[in-house]
Amino acid sequence: MEIPMIYYIVLSLVMFFAGVYGFITRKNMLMMLISLELMLNAVDINFAVFNRFLFPGQMEGMVFAIFAIAIAAAETAIAIAIIINIFRHIRDIEVDKLDDMKY
Amino acid sequence: MDFSQYSLIWEYMQSELLLLVATVLLFFIDLFASPRFLDKWFSGIACVLLAAVTAVSCIPGSETHTLFGGMFINTPMTTAMKMVLNIGTILVLLQAHSWVNSEACKVRRGEFYELMFFTLFGMYLMISSGHFLIFFIGLETASLPIAALVAFNKQGGDSYESGAKYLFNAVFSSAIFLMGISFMYAMSGSLYFEDIALAATANTALFIVALAFIISGIGFKLSLVPFHLWTADVYQGGPTAVTAYLSVISKGAAAFAFLWVLFKTFSPSPEVWQGILYVLIILTITLGNLFAIRQKDLKRFLAFSSISQAGYIMLGVMANSAQGMTALVYYILVYIFSNLAAFGVIATIENKTGKVNMDDYNGLYQTNPKLSLAMMLAMFSLAGIPPFAGFFSKFFIFASAVNSGYYILVLIALLNTIISLFYYLLVVKAMFINPNDNPIETVKTGCYGRTGLVICVAGILILGIASCVYGYLSGLSLTVGI
Repeated sequence: MEIPMIYYIVLSLVMFFAGVYGFITRKNMLMMLISLELMLNAVDINFAVFNRFLFPGQMEGMVFAIFAIAIAAAETAIAIAIIINIFRHIRDIEVDKLDDMKY
Repeated sequence: MDFSQYSLIWEYMQSELLLLVATVLLFFIDLFASPRFLDKWFSGIACVLLAAVTAVSCIPGSETHTLFGGMFINTPMTTAMKMVLNIGTILVLLQAHSWVNSEACKVRRGEFYELMFFTLFGMYLMISSGHFLIFFIGLETASLPIAALVAFNKQGGDSYESGAKYLFNAVFSSAIFLMGISFMYAMSGSLYFEDIALAATANTALFIVALAFIISGIGFKLSLVPFHLWTADVYQGGPTAVTAYLSVISKGAAAFAFLWVLFKTFSPSPEVWQGILYVLIILTITLGNLFAIRQKDLKRFLAFSSISQAGYIMLGVMANSAQGMTALVYYILVYIFSNLAAFGVIATIENKTGKVNMDDYNGLYQTNPKLSLAMMLAMFSLAGIPPFAGFFSKFFIFASAVNSGYYILVLIALLNTIISLFYYLLVVKAMFINPNDNPIETVKTGCYGRTGLVICVAGILILGIASCVYGYLSGLSLTVGI
């Protein structure tokens, strides 16, 4: 028995908006990064599912998902480098501490 | 295996490939040359390489080429845009010279240039893409290295804070952008711009949601108003050279790519995205201007001014015509010269004295008449006062929007020009009129910085009067068609 497409889409949308919610409410930068990863992975699910169910004859969505995964990895690498740099300076990775430049 | 394709790729992708060659070459020079040689020549070599790439490969031809089954499109107009971006980058490199070669940054000099070249490569891909995959890769290649560049001052200041703010916002918006693309894919089954244009119909809710997601993703890079919150902080905290790069080159490339996507992909249903853009433009111009008035830090001030300038640039997209495209590229070209002149002056003074506050500039004319004059010309050009280039670029972009029938929008933009004149003149007033007992001491600009400023000032003075520039761009855009 095959699971219908709508279940996958609900899953990916829940993941996406859980990511959005986490990004807005979390104060720890690593948790924010994890929320971002949730959002990006939800998109990958979307592409794979749309490809599998709607356009099974081609691979465009799958290929896009692979590229998106690679780019998400690059983003994480840079984010972690910057977070380490911040930790060295202020011994903390809470976003509340990064408020030198509000007017 | 068929090797005949390679010569075609070499011929049509020349600017991208040559830029990559230049990057690799810089990397090896940085790796193997002696430190004394590097101190003396490295910045010069970088500028010369980029100038060579421009001269060899970025002269617009007259034909449109496509590669990889239409994923990569090279039209005369995109080549012209690449040339504009190269000119701006060379100016930024000239201005960055004294900062990059200072004791604190010397060790990481190589990284600065290489990251800069890589972002430029990403922008090339972005503006000549014909497929959302290439577009997305270009967008990310153009924005990720910038996060590293913004956090470049490892030792101190607010650099790391800016870097974090930029990166988190960039990734968040690119996730939203990707979501939009996935919906587009669900509707059309293809990611080619042309296929989407054929399959997408304006009436479905999915189409409108996808379009809104895509616009908010690119709106972040352009710092249109609901997505502008990162701009001021990143501009203030980042190194001045990187801020200059971010405010003109990155923004210009994103604006052109935005126009390209909207024209190519969503041209069958302009009323939907024009409705969204209509609101965004009014918000962007007005809020950018109002917030700029209350800024005291000059880099923050220019951040908000660049937000409102992005709103003006979007008028060219609204026009949805070849005239709008010409006006947009011309506006970006003029904006590069005017804004880089302002940033050049700020960078020079910040390097020598560390002062970026507007009150510090009181009485600057007494001690630094030439720098004040350059700053004044930049402000006049940004505000759009007639003999300077800024007036003509504003005129053409308003004209293109009026030709498409947006009278109210142009009226609001015009009223905002008056507000912007007020705060641009605040800077001029500080330099020339406000009294100050101990103004900033006389600053001596280095050879590179001076060259950069002279080119900027020459551009401000000449570009508007030399009508051939606009005529040339106009001729190119007419061959492309919409």
